[in-house]
Amino acid sequence: MTIDFETPKPILQMQVMLQTVAENMMRSTSREFDENEHAIPWDYVEFMHTAMRSMGGGGGLTVTEDKPKEGAEKRPPLGYQKLAAQIEMLAWGDVGYYLITPGGGLGAAAVQAAGTPEQKAKFLARFNDDKPTYAAMCMTEPGAGSDTSAIRARAILDEATKEWIINGEKIFVTGGDKSFTEYEKLGKGFIVVWASIDPSAGRSGMRAFVVESGTPGVKITKLEHKLGIRASDTASISLVDARVPFENVLGSPTVEKTTTGFKGAMATFDATRPLVAASGLGVARAALEFLKEKLKENGVEIRYGLPRNKLTSIERDVIDMDIQVRSAWLMVLKAVWMADNKKPNALESSMSKVKAGDVTTKVTQKAVEILGPLGYSREFLLEKWFRDAKITDIYEGTGQINRMVVARQILGYSGAELR
Amino acid sequence: MYSFEPNEEQQMLIDAVGKYASNDLRPAAHDAEESRELPKKLVNKGWELGFLQASTPEAYGGFGERSAVTGVLALEEMAFGDLAGALAVLTPSLFATPILLGGSEEQKQQYLPKIVGGDWAPYTAALMEMSFDFDPNALKTTAKADGDTYVLNGEKIFVPFAKDTEAMLVYASLDGVTQGFIVTKGTAGLSISEEREKLMGLNALPMYRVKLENVAASRLGGASGHNFELILSAMRIASASAAVGVARSSFEYARNYAKEREAFGVKIAQKQAIAFFLAEMATEMEAIRLLTWEAAWKLDNNKDDAHTTAYLAQAGAADMAMMVTDRGVQIYGGHGYIRENPVELLLRNGRGFASLLGLVII
Repeated sequence: MTIDFETPKPILQMQVMLQTVAENMMRSTSREFDENEHAIPWDYVEFMHTAMRSMGGGGGLTVTEDKPKEGAEKRPPLGYQKLAAQIEMLAWGDVGYYLITPGGGLGAAAVQAAGTPEQKAKFLARFNDDKPTYAAMCMTEPGAGSDTSAIRARAILDEATKEWIINGEKIFVTGGDKSFTEYEKLGKGFIVVWASIDPSAGRSGMRAFVVESGTPGVKITKLEHKLGIRASDTASISLVDARVPFENVLGSPTVEKTTTGFKGAMATFDATRPLVAASGLGVARAALEFLKEKLKENGVEIRYGLPRNKLTSIERDVIDMDIQVRSAWLMVLKAVWMADNKKPNALESSMSKVKAGDVTTKVTQKAVEILGPLGYSREFLLEKWFRDAKITDIYEGTGQINRMVVARQILGYSGAELR
Repeated sequence: MYSFEPNEEQQMLIDAVGKYASNDLRPAAHDAEESRELPKKLVNKGWELGFLQASTPEAYGGFGERSAVTGVLALEEMAFGDLAGALAVLTPSLFATPILLGGSEEQKQQYLPKIVGGDWAPYTAALMEMSFDFDPNALKTTAKADGDTYVLNGEKIFVPFAKDTEAMLVYASLDGVTQGFIVTKGTAGLSISEEREKLMGLNALPMYRVKLENVAASRLGGASGHNFELILSAMRIASASAAVGVARSSFEYARNYAKEREAFGVKIAQKQAIAFFLAEMATEMEAIRLLTWEAAWKLDNNKDDAHTTAYLAQAGAADMAMMVTDRGVQIYGGHGYIRENPVELLLRNGRGFASLLGLVII
């Protein structure tokens, strides 16, 4: 190994292809689906499903490895690196669309991370079927956001029928509607619901349950109207005496006096945080490129190489945006490279999210400011990207939560020492 | 293929330089600054690590090839110890590296074996000028061709070890293009200030003002000259990696202090106000470190945007160093303002990265 920044060929090829998709299937209708919240861009959904299946991806945007040809030299794994690059490019097209790329999403990720081989076989095969299929993660509740240990949803085992009875109220479920509501054009999805099997045990009592689409007692009660990422549905889901088969619990059905169950859930965040960071940085890059294009059209050149006290204010801003977007992207690359190479990356993963959350919001805000009315007008997509960008610093752990994770790592503190 | 892991050879160098930085440079930094003097033994020990020697091909008396990536890795470590000390150890590179990058065969043969084969010797370079709009690509010092030689006129500031130097590289504008010129000791018209320069930081590094009045000099690269952009970018990434080293020094002092210092019954690091400061410092350092690595890698691999990336790395590093070293002082509170504690010097040195250029090259 030696330090190397050469983009691997498989990633380059994939980027070229996805850029075409982004330009022709996303940007062209971005505005339409921003203005018609909750409408589904079926063209994109069906195209992506077919495309991913034909590439043998199946299961949507997940970590995939090209099978090495027989006798070929063994290459280092690229799965997470490829996925981050995919996500960045799709988000460059439209981050709302990226979020509705068919597949298992965070729901399948939970099964992948905590499921038994039987559970994986049972729940994950469907994503490779004829119809696009979704799964979602239900964690947040009205009274439990970043503090997931405050989750109130409750799962009780009915010894007679060997079923779990789940009650609770879940909000902010990304893709909850497409995962649970039965659409003719979609396959049967599921949601993964976090609930406690023993409230006295705190975090160690927390479990995730696979709840199949259409389960009685489960209802989509609301679809949120949001600041941005409007192509992506965000659902509220209520569960009233919802019955779920015993074998749908992910992880051990009994409570031990440890927090390993919960730590399992948190470990999935180490893998997903740089990916969320990547999605934000796609938006940031889109905004920065648009800004540069408009400045150029208006005869404003960025004079790279000049001392900073000779630059105009706009030039300084653009150069700073270049620095921020590029360096944040390198942090994402490092975090996913570590994931591919099985190096513990909790610190790098959270740092990349902290940085990307900051960069994405600031860059899009600044781009709107610099372009004046062009930035504010809905004639262009920049104002939309500004609205889309903000979610990066909120979901998958707010910027503040991730600062906590980073701080604990660099200080060597436990959750009790730094709270 | 992406990779963020130094190779074995680089790791050995990082370890060796890191040890020297922590055990020798860091403990000496305070006294060196206050007494305005670096112990000769300290500089010699750094020279013996062989960084320049390992970057010079065998044909010129060294035992390796130059790699910008290796350079930024080593310099971050050294600057972590002490910036003034690191700059002093690497001062001969200010003369040797541009010769390596842009010198004629004759110039390489004449100077490189002598420099890398011997003890640390004060070969140096003069780039900066006393002007608010100092721009390495628009120098006020001029060079004019005069037959086979060139004639230099102008004034240079902040020239390390100029008083003792055998030869220095002076950068001047030749018809609007920056070029380096070799000026040897005692040349008529060359005068070096008696007084040392006085700066906000870096006081352990002896720097002088240099005046040039019709000084005869030979052009780097001979009659056809050289590509100054290569040299400038090598200076920029050096500045960036040194900034990361200085920032890391302040960060580590502040982190350790915050874990010791108590207020309101807890360590101050247990307060989110301080913990978040530290998290942001670590994040910004990592961002610029990676950008600097990428710029160095692009220079090593002749990528189209290598020079732009080097420029971005330097600009980003100046801001980052300011932010981190300022917070280092802030975390120490009143104690941070006292010169007995290490962080105020790091703040003074940290501010320099926005203003200084050409004091280090890799």
